[in-house]
Amino acid sequence: MIAYIVRRLILALLTTWAITVLSFIIIQLPPGDYVTSYIASMSASGVGVTEAEAQALRIQYGLDQPIYIQYLKWMGLIAQGNFGMAIEWGRPVLDVIGDRLTLTVVISVAAIVFTWALALPIGIYSAVKRYSIGDYIATFIGFIGLAIPGFMLALIVMYVGFKYFNANVGGLFSAEMADAPWSWAKFVDMLKHLPIVAIVLGIGGTAQMIRIMRSNLLDELRKPYVMTARARGLPETRVILKYPVRVALNPFISTLGYLFPYVVSGSIIVSMVLSLPTVGPLLLKALIAQDLFLAGTIVLMLGVMTVIGTFISDLLLMWVDPRIRLGKQ
Amino acid sequence: MHSEHKPLLSVRNLKTYFFQDEGTVKAVDGATFDVYPGKTLGVVGESGCGKSVTAQSILRIVDQPGRIVEGEIVLCCAKGTDVELTKLHPNSKEIRAIRGTEIGLVFQEPMTSFSPVHTVGNQIIEAIRLHCGISEREARAKAIETLRQVGIPKPERRIDEYAFELSGGLRQRAMIAVALSCDPRLLIADEPTTALDVTTQAQILDLLRRMQEQRGMAIMLITHNLGVIAEMADDVVVMYLGRVVEQGPVDAIFHSPKHPYTKALLRSIPSIESTPRVELPTISGSIPHPYNRPSGCPFFPRCPECIPGTCDTAEPTPIAVSEEQSVSCFLYPS
Ligand SMILES: Nc1ncnc2c1ncn2[C@@H]1O[C@H](COP(=O)(O)OP(=O)(O)O)[C@@H](O)[C@H]1O
Ligand SMILES: [Mg+2]
Repeated sequence: MIAYIVRRLILALLTTWAITVLSFIIIQLPPGDYVTSYIASMSASGVGVTEAEAQALRIQYGLDQPIYIQYLKWMGLIAQGNFGMAIEWGRPVLDVIGDRLTLTVVISVAAIVFTWALALPIGIYSAVKRYSIGDYIATFIGFIGLAIPGFMLALIVMYVGFKYFNANVGGLFSAEMADAPWSWAKFVDMLKHLPIVAIVLGIGGTAQMIRIMRSNLLDELRKPYVMTARARGLPETRVILKYPVRVALNPFISTLGYLFPYVVSGSIIVSMVLSLPTVGPLLLKALIAQDLFLAGTIVLMLGVMTVIGTFISDLLLMWVDPRIRLGKQ
Repeated sequence: MHSEHKPLLSVRNLKTYFFQDEGTVKAVDGATFDVYPGKTLGVVGESGCGKSVTAQSILRIVDQPGRIVEGEIVLCCAKGTDVELTKLHPNSKEIRAIRGTEIGLVFQEPMTSFSPVHTVGNQIIEAIRLHCGISEREARAKAIETLRQVGIPKPERRIDEYAFELSGGLRQRAMIAVALSCDPRLLIADEPTTALDVTTQAQILDLLRRMQEQRGMAIMLITHNLGVIAEMADDVVVMYLGRVVEQGPVDAIFHSPKHPYTKALLRSIPSIESTPRVELPTISGSIPHPYNRPSGCPFFPRCPECIPGTCDTAEPTPIAVSEEQSVSCFLYPS
């Protein structure tokens, strides 16, 4: 058990290091650097930039040094809690990100909770009543949910909300709250906006989740321990919920960590449509502008949070599954 | 046959079919037999001939899309009343009260018969509490006592372990403890020793016999191993393709088998007298595919004594060849 935790921890640290390298490299991949795109945008607006000016900019931002020096410098600054300047915004990266990261986590968790709350019961029903009308209906609706692109759903929801309820469902806050400092009222305001956002973001993953739960559970329902539980005289509902469902849920816990980046990256367009204050749209902007420090920081933070999430789900899995806790195999 | 006693369990013309898109599997197709109190009934037959489905039908736990389509299963309950099990809904209170208390079940695979994420004790205590309505503490004490009875050392510690932490033999003992925890009067053991090594097999059979002596319960022992039958059974039912082709006391079955299938089964087991290194005869041909079972006697395509024109067209019915032995075969005119 200790060995398992230590192994997971070492793995987590190695992964974190790899993420720092990767996020740095990926950001460096596109041709040109920030200065190149700065020159391009300046000349597009009719202002020329001389070669000397460009060179001065490069030196100012340390872009003239070898890649690994740039990497080490970046890491050194991060170690001091300094994530550098978001060049395009002219403000520190942390300032620009602000509470977007926290809000991203809140929205993602809400979306995942919604997905599970909907998908797990339907998946259980579909498996237990396999090939029933209800199973077919659930499958059908599930696939419709899968087939409708998220941004389209977002647009429909916004349209319906505006047209019939005269409510602006975009965003996570009402207009008057958006820039207000945190307060109880702002929190309540967010809670009011959260359900719609969670539904729009979560609906796409629901169909997939139903399928996974259904097939996990079908596998378990075939196992002899279900039949022996019945043979002991337990009521059917208890048989199903206590044994096969419990076992079929384990894989979900182990994927908890991966869900988070999946929701964030899968929701960039929806976030833009709904103008959500999350890191997704910010990352896209930073990538387009080749804003190295901002993009690198976001990728790094998302990556590290994924590693933490995965580590936590490993611990959870250990807690719920004695086969892992007691080191079978 | 055992006229001095009323059977504990009486199965008459039981038919359990699986209705699948590809066709109907007639897993049990007219099985008839009795289980007597305190006796062991051995049910023997090749794999796939419907032994397990028969057991599941009795407990009404046949999986979808299987269904009992015909027949009667009458259980003489402890209170002395007869209950027709096929009339009960599979999730009714009545049948659930019978499971565990009147009839206990032990499966072939002790590993997969336990939940992988619950302790052995959890599963025993749950059954005891459900049926006896006693407190958690009392149920735990009773569970430990049952584990001790089935020969599990240090039961107060083993009770909190998971099935995968036990050895194969202990696991099967624990499974027997679960089945016996509510003192059933009939124990159905479906290939209880097949997954175990020979030494452990003998120990488990020994345990079953001891439990039967102590508790006076009846055992329905399902196996494809005639050696196990010879050692354990009082009466034998020979099944082929969902039917009972021959039944009688164990001595009669072994010393004067009547059905060609029983004879073939007996020829295929090694005996002390047989010459070493001589290949054992096997039953020629294979079991027909369940979707297209032959018309007439189900065994005729493989039968060395088949009567052409009779066996392939008409279905034989059980015929008493002695007071206690009956056989379904045209070789024995009524
Ligand atoms: N859940 C099921 N679905 C479909 N067919 C089944 C199912 N269970 C058993 N059968 C079929 O019923 C027949 C009898 O099976 P079984 O009773 O398990 O045989 P055995 O005598 O080896 O215990 C086999 O042909 C098997 O394929
Ligand atoms: Mg079987």
